[in-house]
Amino acid sequence: MDHKVEGPKVEYRPLTPEEEARRRKRSVAIALALGAMVLLFFVLTIAKLGPQIMSRPL
Amino acid sequence: MSMTGLTHALPAERETFAPAVGGDVPDYFALLKPRVMVLVIFTALVGMVVSPHGHVSPVIGAISLLMIAIGAGASGCLNMWWDADIDAVMTRTAKRPIPDGRIRPNEALAFGLFLSVASTLVLGLAANWLAAGLLAFTIVFYAVIYSMWLKRATAQNIVIGGAAGALPPVIGQAVVTGSVGIESLVLFAIIFIWTPPHFWALALVKAGEYAKAGIPMMPNVAGPDSTRRQIVWYTVLLAPLGLAPVVLGFGGLLYAVIGVLGGLGMLAFSVQVLRNREGEAEKRAAMGMFGFSILYLFLLFAALLAEQSLGLFRPLVA
Repeated sequence: MDHKVEGPKVEYRPLTPEEEARRRKRSVAIALALGAMVLLFFVLTIAKLGPQIMSRPL
Repeated sequence: MSMTGLTHALPAERETFAPAVGGDVPDYFALLKPRVMVLVIFTALVGMVVSPHGHVSPVIGAISLLMIAIGAGASGCLNMWWDADIDAVMTRTAKRPIPDGRIRPNEALAFGLFLSVASTLVLGLAANWLAAGLLAFTIVFYAVIYSMWLKRATAQNIVIGGAAGALPPVIGQAVVTGSVGIESLVLFAIIFIWTPPHFWALALVKAGEYAKAGIPMMPNVAGPDSTRRQIVWYTVLLAPLGLAPVVLGFGGLLYAVIGVLGGLGMLAFSVQVLRNREGEAEKRAAMGMFGFSILYLFLLFAALLAEQSLGLFRPLVA
């Protein structure tokens, strides 16, 4: 038996050019922050374990 | 009739919503209280350099400082999330991103929680778990104990809450030595005792604003005269305490000169606050005390930093 519930029909108005620009800037900032975090963990690993981290016997 | 009965409760008509765009990048930065972050970096750095038996690589030190700053910023963000209602009624804070409608409260909450957890974990991995634990304690103390409880409950709010602002040097020393020593505890005590006269000077001027927001600051609860007397008493305690680093041997001649002159200056400003109780003179004295207290604390810590890192240390006590 189908128990489908009718939900409210939500419609979002299109973004204004100013809102589009704001969203894009935020996305770029999040991307840069993620990149910075990757770099931070890389530098942290090298600083904690030293450059010899890769030279180890298999 | 529907089998679930739910369809009756839900509106079937179409509704148009504004899409969730989020704030501008500077709005998120403003949530972190950047001026407080700068102060935290500065005091934590001094906590690092006054540690006599510690050593940490510059890279680990820099990453740790960054995490301490982000953790402090995260607690500021959580504070703004919780206090958005009272920020909206005070002119000094009404333009903050949440009361001004530029960032939604839930977004700020998520931002603050993520940064709190991330900064604590990275500090633990970079330095040690004592430092990370102290940072987590600072965040919880400021966001939960101070913001959610003390601030609206007691006139001693900033006295007890001041502990959160005083902890960064202790975290700094924990980063370098893996323990907490007398040096950072003395710096903690200086900031802790400095906080009440500093904030109460501002509260004397902004008493009306705090009353409007329903915050029980000392001038609103005990009255301006009692607050002025307490400012003097705390300053009488602070001036000699400011010289404790000299007695303990990690503050040198430069620090001693600044500590004595600055302490006398603080006492003079506090007496001005006590004397001038009316009109424009009252406001001028209180704002003078507020401004000079910032300069005093900055110079004390700058002197320690200069002595320890620029080779200017000339011991007065063997």
